[in-house]
Amino acid sequence: MRTLRRAGAAVTAGLPAWIYLPAALGAALVTVPLAAILLRIDWAQFVPLVTSESSRAALVLSLKTAAASTLVCIALGVPMALVLARGRFPGQSVLRAFVLLPLVLPPVVGGLALLYTFGRQGLLGQYLEVLGIRIAFTTTAVVLAQSFVSLPFLVVSLEGALRSAGTRYDDVAATLGARPTTVLRTVTLPLVLPGLVSGAVLAFARSLGEFGATLTFAGSLQGVTRTLPLEIYLQRETDPAAAVALSLLLIAVAAAIVIATASRRLGGVR
Amino acid sequence: MSGLSLRARHRGRGVDVDLDLPDGQVLAVLGPNGAGKSTLLALLAGLLRPDEGRVSLGGRVLTDTATGVFVAPHARGVGLLAQQALLFPHLSVAANVAYGPRRAGRRRGEALATARHWLDAVGAADLADRRPAQLSGGQAQRVALARALAAEPEVLLLDEPLSALDVTAAPQMRRLLRTILRGRTAVIVTHDLLDVLAVADTVAVVEHGRIVERGPVREVLAAPRSAFAARMAGINLVSGTCSEPGVIRTPWGAEVGGSGEVPPGPAVAVFAPRAVSVRLDPPPLARNVIRTAVAELEISGATVHVRGAESPDGQPGVCADLDAAAVTDLDLTPGQEIYFVVDEAQVRLRAALTRN
Repeated sequence: MRTLRRAGAAVTAGLPAWIYLPAALGAALVTVPLAAILLRIDWAQFVPLVTSESSRAALVLSLKTAAASTLVCIALGVPMALVLARGRFPGQSVLRAFVLLPLVLPPVVGGLALLYTFGRQGLLGQYLEVLGIRIAFTTTAVVLAQSFVSLPFLVVSLEGALRSAGTRYDDVAATLGARPTTVLRTVTLPLVLPGLVSGAVLAFARSLGEFGATLTFAGSLQGVTRTLPLEIYLQRETDPAAAVALSLLLIAVAAAIVIATASRRLGGVR
Repeated sequence: MSGLSLRARHRGRGVDVDLDLPDGQVLAVLGPNGAGKSTLLALLAGLLRPDEGRVSLGGRVLTDTATGVFVAPHARGVGLLAQQALLFPHLSVAANVAYGPRRAGRRRGEALATARHWLDAVGAADLADRRPAQLSGGQAQRVALARALAAEPEVLLLDEPLSALDVTAAPQMRRLLRTILRGRTAVIVTHDLLDVLAVADTVAVVEHGRIVERGPVREVLAAPRSAFAARMAGINLVSGTCSEPGVIRTPWGAEVGGSGEVPPGPAVAVFAPRAVSVRLDPPPLARNVIRTAVAELEISGATVHVRGAESPDGQPGVCADLDAAAVTDLDLTPGQEIYFVVDEAQVRLRAALTRN
């Protein structure tokens, strides 16, 4: 391994040369499997495979539901992050721990939990059933499942941004005559916008890749609940070439989102 | 009652203060770090609720724990200028200054006109279109002052507004404050004697969360009764107890005599560093002799400031000003044991402050 030794470059005292080796192994762990799947693609069949009716339905459904769940995450996650970062109430640390739970919970378990909440016999589902509302195994269930697993990404990212931004600008705005809601709109949120964008991107990406909770709670109905990851899993049984082609599509969409926002995310919180 | 009045206790911060400020006067709040100066401002601005207390401004009650009144910060009419300018980084300079007028319900154009007026008043009219990131520290602090004034506060609170500025920007800002604050009601927290002399009418010294000294600037600096004010004014202050006329006895047993009518009880002896001479051997007389060790030697022109070690009860060490030649003859080094001899004719005694 040869490191760059440019004349005039600053010396990084805390970066020993050997550290490049495990770092390179880490990079290989991520990139080699991606290369392996690219090598398996049947390029002649690629376009017909990804434009088949079932593929297009899955892609459109994935993009729609991921967008919807990102909006849900913003609508609910921004207030949660604000309350966790700025509020003071009993049980705050317990709530923070529970919000993080979906990050470490197996998605299948999350799906089961949702089923026992919104299913026909569920905690809330039995009352919704009376009102004629069914959620399980509908597109709404897909959005709920995705929101469940993605919400912590937005909350954690935004809460961190809010904490590092501090409250000093908010205090100044208040002494200039701004009411709390005005402070939030004109100062707090603009200051943490990079953190909010990065949190929303993470939430969208996580929603796009959601599989376990969706399958358990929403099932796999073409055009209704069968998102791209479900379609890939299904095709793998019957048509591995199609599964590989769709995987590339998912990788391409995810990569496009990450790259489009990378500059802002790298900028971090001002 | 018009003017500003604050009586508040906050146990968590160990603060218990009581102070009044007439309309149109500037009060400087002095004190060591952590004494509770910023807490005092936070209590006034409504950024901190006292455990018990009452704050009123121009006849309006802003805080009263007895009746449960607590006016939110945005409705107080109290402006704040902090050590950092804290200009909103996502807004232009003009929009920053127009922020207050906009919140007061002015139209955009009208608010921007107000902003231009105040930017002009602080000499920053040419910066209107810039972003805060493009300003120097001094420019940013000027704009922050314009922003605070544009909101038309009844009282302006300044929390060490010059301490983050460099040596060229600070004097400019100090001159500006001197002009702008004249006739306004303001409270300025500072470490710097120059700030006090430039802008303040009265001064309050805060120590351990209490106001230990309060009065017109000239009086407090000429005849300080607290260790902090004495140090700030460059004067020695030794506290003790007066039991016979003309002499005070310190807790560690030294006796200091001087002039001044003092009733029996806690008293302080005040004397200039020039009234102190240094000896290496014990002098024949016991009175007005302070045995100590050299803590610090500091040269200023042809004068050497010799600071003695802290006294056994924690009072700041006495300071002696000697000619450089005298220091050379004595061959002083830090840590060395010495005897300070104070000229009794130059010592003034006065009654000590009783803490409330």
